[in-house]
Formats: sequence, C-alpha cells, structure tokens
Amino acid sequence: MLGSIIASGLAAGAIYALVGITYNTMFSTSRVMSFTAGQLAMLGGVFGSLFMLKMGMPTLVGFALTLVACAIIGVITEFVAVRPVLKSLEQHLYVLSTLALALMIQQVTAIKWGTEPQPFPRIVGLGTGVWDEKFWLPVVACGLTILGLEYLYRRTLVGHAFMAIAEDNFAARALGLPERNLRVASYALAGVIGGVAGFAGGELMLAFFANGALLNFYGFVPVALGGLGNNRGALIGGLALGLFQQAANFLVGGIFSSVAVFAIFIIVLLAAPSGLFGSATARRV
Amino acid sequence: MTAITDISTSREGTARHSVLPALLPFIGVFTLAMILPFVSNDYWALIGTRAAIYWVLVAGLNLVVGFAGHLAIGYVALLTLGAYTTSVLAAGNVLPPVPIYGALIIASCVGAVFGVIVGLPAMRLRTFYFAMTTLGFATIVTQIALAWQSVTGGGIGIVGPEFSAPFNTPWGFYYLCIGFAAVATWLSANIAYSRFGRALIAIRDADVAAEATGISKPKLLVSIFLLAGAMAAFAGGLFASLQTYITPDAFTFDLSVLFFIAILIGGRGSILGPMLGTIILTILPEIAAPLAAWSTFLYAVLLLLIVLVMPGGIAALLDFKSRRPLASNRAIVPRIAGLSDVLRKTATTRTLTLRDVVLTFGNVRAIDGLDLDVKPGQIHGLIGPNGSGKTTTLNVISGYYAAKGGTITLGDDALPPGMPELRASKGIARTFQTPRVIGEASVLQNVMVGGTIEGEATFAEALLSLPRHHRDERKLAAQARAMLGVVGLEALADVRADRLQHSELRFIEIARALMLQPDFLLLDEPAAGLSSDEITRLGALIKAISRRGTGVLLVEHHADLIFDICDQVTVLNLGKILAAGTPAEIRVHKEVVSAYLGG
Repeated sequence: MLGSIIASGLAAGAIYALVGITYNTMFSTSRVMSFTAGQLAMLGGVFGSLFMLKMGMPTLVGFALTLVACAIIGVITEFVAVRPVLKSLEQHLYVLSTLALALMIQQVTAIKWGTEPQPFPRIVGLGTGVWDEKFWLPVVACGLTILGLEYLYRRTLVGHAFMAIAEDNFAARALGLPERNLRVASYALAGVIGGVAGFAGGELMLAFFANGALLNFYGFVPVALGGLGNNRGALIGGLALGLFQQAANFLVGGIFSSVAVFAIFIIVLLAAPSGLFGSATARRV
Repeated sequence: MTAITDISTSREGTARHSVLPALLPFIGVFTLAMILPFVSNDYWALIGTRAAIYWVLVAGLNLVVGFAGHLAIGYVALLTLGAYTTSVLAAGNVLPPVPIYGALIIASCVGAVFGVIVGLPAMRLRTFYFAMTTLGFATIVTQIALAWQSVTGGGIGIVGPEFSAPFNTPWGFYYLCIGFAAVATWLSANIAYSRFGRALIAIRDADVAAEATGISKPKLLVSIFLLAGAMAAFAGGLFASLQTYITPDAFTFDLSVLFFIAILIGGRGSILGPMLGTIILTILPEIAAPLAAWSTFLYAVLLLLIVLVMPGGIAALLDFKSRRPLASNRAIVPRIAGLSDVLRKTATTRTLTLRDVVLTFGNVRAIDGLDLDVKPGQIHGLIGPNGSGKTTTLNVISGYYAAKGGTITLGDDALPPGMPELRASKGIARTFQTPRVIGEASVLQNVMVGGTIEGEATFAEALLSLPRHHRDERKLAAQARAMLGVVGLEALADVRADRLQHSELRFIEIARALMLQPDFLLLDEPAAGLSSDEITRLGALIKAISRRGTGVLLVEHHADLIFDICDQVTVLNLGKILAAGTPAEIRVHKEVVSAYLGG
C-alpha cells in the first residue's frame, strides 16, 4: 500500500507541479494568474487522445501536435484575455477575462469532445503495478521539464530575457527587450508545459473535460504554497500536495482528502499570504 | 450646530424626492412579476421561480462581488450546501424531521458559517486567491455530496423539501419566492446604501484611505460573508424545493458562472443592474432553445465582452446622470466662515509627540532619529527635499509603517505601532499625496465614508433599516454636505468622484478627514497641483481648521504656503532633522537655504 501511495502521490503531485509551473510561466512575464493553466493541462490529455486514438497517429506525431495545439491556445490566451487588460492590471480584470476564456475552452471541449472521460492510449508500454508508466511518466515529464526550464533560464539568451522581464518589466523594456514578443513566447511556453502535464498524465487522469477546473485548483495550491512565480516552491508544493492527498485518500477516504487539502490551503494562505517560500508584498502607501 | 440642522431639514425634502425615481425600476420589475401568472403558463412559473431564487442568492453575493469587489466565483457551493441541509433536515433521514421553515433557517445559519470560512482568505488576499478558494470549495462540496451517501444519497440523490398549501402549486410557490426575492432586495439595499455599504466600496477602491478612516476590514467582511452565505443557503433550500429531487448533478459550476456573471453584467455597486442581469441570464437560454447547450459558452463570451468593452455593465448604461457635462469653469471657493458650525472646537491639550523615531528599509534609514511635536491648535510644517522622509513620517504616525525604534505618543498614551485602522478612533485623520477617493461613488458618499466610525447603528440595525440607522444616515449626510460647503464643493456633491479635477479631489480628501472631527490632521502635499488662487484659499482653510484647536501636520513643497501659515517648521534631509523652529528662523537658516530653498 505504501508503494501505491507513493507512486500515485508522486504522479499526481508531478502533474500539479507542472500546472503550477504553467501558472508561473504566464505570471512571470505578465503578472497575470490565468485560469487557463488547468485547461491547458486538460487539453493536453484531450488532444493526445484525439490525435492518437481517434485519428490513429503515431505517438511522437500525436505528442508534437498536442504541444503545438496547446502552445496555440496559450498564445490565444495572451491575445484575447491578457493583452487587452494589461493596462488595467490594478483592477484585476485579468481574473475575469482569463476566467471567461477558460470557461469557453471548457464548454467547447464538453460539447465537441463529450462530457464522459475517454481513454488515453499507452505511450511507452513499460511497467506494471506501482511501476506502471501511468505513475512514472508524469514524474519523468516533470523532471525533464524542470531541467529544460533551468537550461532555458540559465544558459540561453531568450531565457535571460525572460528573467529580466520577470525581474523588472520597465527596466527590461528600457533596455530594448521586445517585451511584447517575449510575453507571447512565454504564453506559448506555458501552453507547451501545460500540454506536457496533460499528455504525461493522460493515462492517470484520462481525457476528461472536467479535469480543467480540478487542475486549476490543485495546480494553484502549490503556487499559493510556494509563492507566486517560484518554480522550486511549485515543485515541492506540488509533490507534497500529491503525496498528502493520496495518503489521505488511501488511509481515510476521498472526502477527507479533499477537505484536508482545502483546509490546509486556507490555513497556509492565512498564515503566510505570500506563500511558504514567497517574497515580501508590495508597497501600499 | 444650528447650521447642520438647518441644512438637514432643507435637504430632507429633496432626499425623499430623489428616492422615488430610484425605486421606480424595482417597482416596475415587481409589478411585472406579479402580472406574469395572468399572462403565461406553468412553464413560465418555473422560470420565474428560478429567477427569483437565483436573485435571493445573487442579492447577497452582489454585496461580496459588486460592492466589496471580491471575486467569489464558486457560490454554487453554498447553494448546494443550503439545498442539501434543507432537504436532509426536512426529510429526516438523519435527524428527526424538521418543519420546512425551521430547516430553511438552520440551513441559512450553516450557510452563514461556511460563507465566512470560504471568505477567510479574503481578509488578507484578494482577487485570484479568493476566486480560487471559492472555486476549490465548489469542487469539494460536490465531491462530498457524491461520496457521503448515507446523508446525501450520493449520486441517487434525495427528495427536496415540500411547502404546504398554499405554496405547493407552481404559482403559489412562485409568489412565495417572489416575496423572498423582494425581501432579499430590501435587505441588500439596506446594507448597500448604509455606511457599511460605503465602507465596502471604500475597501474595494481605496483600501488605504478606508483604513485611515478607521474602517475595520475583517469585521466588515465577516458580516458581509455571513449575510451572503445565509442568503445563498436559503436560496439553496428554495432551489431544492423547486427541483423536488436533488442530485449533485443539479449543481453544476455553470450555475456559479451565471450568478457571478449576472453581477458583472449588471455592473459593480448597483442593485438594479445585477437584478436585471439575473433575470436576463435566466431567461436567455429559454427563449433561444437551440442555445441551451451553449449557455455557459454564451455567458463566458458575455463576460469577456463586458470586461473588454463595457466594464461598467448595465448600471453604467442606465446611469444617464453621469453623462451630463459638468461646468468647465468651476472654482473651489471654501466657505471658511461655515467651519465653526461643522467642526467642533477641539478641547484636547494633548500633544502628538515623536521621539527618536527610526525607520529602516533594508539598509536605508528612511527616518533616522526624528523628534517632532505637533501641538493642538498649531500648524506644523514638515519640509525637505524629495526622499527626505516627509511622507514616510506621516505613514509612521498613521500606522502604515511600524517604526523600528523610538516612541510616538499622544499626550500620555503611546500610539501602537502599525495598525492604521486604529488611528481614526484616536482622533488622527489624514490626506494622501495621491488622492485616494472612490471614483465610482459620489462626492457626498466619499465624504460620508470619513464619518463611518461615528455611526452608532449596528450591522443588524442597518440590515433591517431600524430607526437608529436612519438617524445615522441623516446625520452623516447632513454633516458631509456641510463639510462640502466648507471646502467649497457643495455644488458637486452628487457627482461621481472620478469626474472631478485633481484639485477638487484634494479638497474632498480634506472634507473626508474633517468628518472625523480630528484632534490631529495630517496633510500630505495638499497644495500639489493647485492653482495659486486655490493655494491661497487652501492656506486660509488650513489656518481656520487649526484655530478650531486641531493640530495640523503639513507636508508641503510650496515654501510660500509653509512660511505663510505654519507656527513651527521642521526641515528634514535624508531622514534627519536639518533644522527646526519658527518660519522666520527657518527662512534664514543657512543650511536650509543652501540645501533646499535655494538662494
């Protein structure tokens, strides 16, 4: 049983962490928390199933197409729901605009794809029991994504530019960085990360339209715990959340686990509003 | 005092006149609702009942979303909670059966408690976090309803409560729900147009200023969440009865979206708008049957359009008053003679004393060992170059920053460090360098916010519109009008504050601060952006205020104003005192002249 708890906990945790990183990636260049993060992960599963099962494409092609599709949705998010409201960031209109877009994505999926969970194909075909690929695939995907992001942010020029914008938007613009293009790029990147989360977690969570809202919440919890824009916090928070949730699930049952996650979420927010690894809040006066 | 009573009696007549047009649309909607049974069939009874029930919930939620500005997107959870609580209690499958009205009341109490629990994060965090908590709550409530089979019946569901005659027919139940909807409208309007409603808007649009006027955000928000939660759960009980049989499927997230978007389509800070929004959104999928499956998509598109194109919603469309142009050649002419009627003579002999105050940000010593005495009835000028710590000093006194060292005392009492919302009750009022006014509220309402802590009626009294609440309102309105007369903005009392010029906002802030009848008034660059005529009048006004016994601490860059009206001047440089003394002494102080005044 311990094995199942750890396997399913790490798997779910890795997915939550990836959704958290999706939030962070969008947040870093735009200061916007977007409700589309969870929907992107949901779409990763739905597109994967669509391309591979419904259309019979080979795994690699299906994977690539899924990521492209999610990246496009990410860019659409930027154009439709973020760019028009950036001027009034203070009024938090982005909460409403991204919520609207997320609802549209969810509703279109529900109508076009169906409201029943649909199967996701096996990708590698390796492992059984607790070593089944549906458990280790999300963890591996999460690890590779983190490594990839670290490489991007530390070793490449584009990554440095991302960091500069995240650090100080105005200064970065004054330096002549193409802020708008970088923001679009970061939304495409967020789409890819969300797509990876959904694709890798497809066998565990199935291709199901309601995953979007669920992942929106469970993916946000690690961000709230770890602090906005802090990927390391999101990773630790995500894995801890997954393990805790699955342990509670196995030991005391499903209701308790959701209630406990919710209670911890509220308590942490009250005790440490900027997250356990977060930074200080902005000046008010 | 005579002036106040005069004004209040002359205004009362006009106030009554202005209430009726505001009520007309509500009466119209109510009349239409009453006629509906005679012109339609049972199918419309169902839709009408549904709209009425939704409005019971939305009326409460409107205070949270439209007035307090907290984005509660998961209120379907409280509807679910209320529906199940009422059904389980009325069915008696766990406890002995409770009569339906008792069950509704208990459900409301449960809803109130959970309304607060879900709202807790809003005390410290806004917007996305709060949206997420409510969303998370909505997710888990449905999961619990599914899993807790012994009580909720799980996926199979449970029978909804049934009303007895005459409310057990479709139209009977319809009239009952319309009645509840009318009561809900009344309750929410009572709060919305009380000092609590204004305080909510103040927290939403000018939270820093709200703290300075002594509004306690946690206390107010808890009251609102209690009310909204109770109303939502009550609506849930009615909803269960309408459904006759409830399963978790009945409470889709789409409902939450409907509630939330109804308010935004209606417009913030309005009651009529969200009411029309609720009715429209309930009817919309019915009259366009092919669209029923796409209704949520439609709502989402509407939401996006509202955000991008028409942030004010229906209420802004209906706000014809704010489209009339204002006179362009307005001049602010304070009527200083009226000051003695509205500002009571302060009897305090206490001095506001700062001793060796230190404030550091990292390695920067923003204030470095500051001594300052603000005496009652005197004007104390605080000048110095940019970054010398003037505004920071005001922020320390008014509690936005806690000093790292030194003491601040008022007479013999130490002022607690931090805690800005306690300063108002100590008689300290202030204005801000960038005016912090509520743009969407009228000038009069903005000034009335200043007197929030002077009100005596409790939240419950305001909710039920009891006499003490009316007395508060009359008193505050009369006082605020008189205050506006003193600062010279009387003619603009009913105009939305965001239509005013910058200089007028500065005078609104002064009027708002004076509503507290402060012993000490902290003014942060009140003359910035004013014309030279206005500065002269401002100087006279400040002087008159101090002659009523109020101690004034004036941060200013206009040296002329400072030397004209101040009794004492302190010059800061890099957080330290460069010089202190009378204006005459400062004017000739060598270092001051070379460092700051130029010469």
